[in-house]
Amino acid sequence: MTELQYKETVVFERPTALTPTQTTYCPGCTHGVAHRLIAEVIDEMGIRDDTIGVAPVGCAVFAYRFFDVDFVEAAHGRAPAMATGIKRSLPDRFVFTYQGDGDLVSIGMAEITHAAARGENITVIFINNANYGMTGGQMAPTTLPGQKTTSSPTGRDVELAGYPIQMAELIASIQGTSYVVRRSLHDARNIRQAKKAIRTAFEVQKRGLGFAMVELLSTCPTNWHLTPPDAMNWLKENMLPVYPLGDYKIHDAVKSAGI
Amino acid sequence: MPAKGKIVVNDFYCKACGLCVSVCPTQVIQLAPERLNVRGYHPAEQFQDGCIACATCAMVCPDAAITVYRLTPVAEQEA
Repeated sequence: MTELQYKETVVFERPTALTPTQTTYCPGCTHGVAHRLIAEVIDEMGIRDDTIGVAPVGCAVFAYRFFDVDFVEAAHGRAPAMATGIKRSLPDRFVFTYQGDGDLVSIGMAEITHAAARGENITVIFINNANYGMTGGQMAPTTLPGQKTTSSPTGRDVELAGYPIQMAELIASIQGTSYVVRRSLHDARNIRQAKKAIRTAFEVQKRGLGFAMVELLSTCPTNWHLTPPDAMNWLKENMLPVYPLGDYKIHDAVKSAGI
Repeated sequence: MPAKGKIVVNDFYCKACGLCVSVCPTQVIQLAPERLNVRGYHPAEQFQDGCIACATCAMVCPDAAITVYRLTPVAEQEA
């Protein structure tokens, strides 16, 4: 009997908007998933030559190395201000910022809030992993009540350190925003939904409909001291109740554009 | 059962996080027990037939290391 011959069809491959380099992220970190989703959206929309990214300070500080698009590096937390300048001077480009919770919620709170209030026509991708990853897992504004970190070794005490900031809800309450959603990266189904949200956020910018932010719940296996699959479960069990997924604001103009 | 799909993991990118192993519905992925990549990780690999080309592994892979192929039998040429 002769062996069957097979035709190979590619179902999935590495997006071309990622450079052929290894990332600096720890094994199992969902920063890589977020990068890949953005790259897939850039590929699908065919906007690789027209996209300018703004990198943050934090684990994703080297994001400019991993995307094969134009990139600038912003001062800590100032990515939305930089993106504002780029978008206003080059309105035909797609400008997105990629920020973590230390960058966006902590030091960059003023910039993100005011960029949202001005309704800047930019896309913000916000990675929420409930701690400061790059500096060794300290407590962030997004750390959960009771969560142990290197700077809250007995768990976050809300009497002392306050409550986590729910960024999607906060930004959605600002009148200038158009599209604010929260998605998670803890399993394949949610990752697919996150990609749809990122695509919509770029489509919002393409149509000039204003400020779009996608908050992505993300894992930090190294600083949570869990294996990558366990970190996915930890996110599902502990972060989802504090950070409910959903569409916090979809402006009527976005709805009527049918995207 | 004829093969329906296969995956190819690029060792250069793989960091052996094991997420693909944990999500594979047919359990055909393992971390190569006796092979290392340049970074010293045991890279993921498909070790037996049974892949259904669902691409769930590629969807969760943080390093975009996985290429998924669907295999369709080609009718043999008449002699």
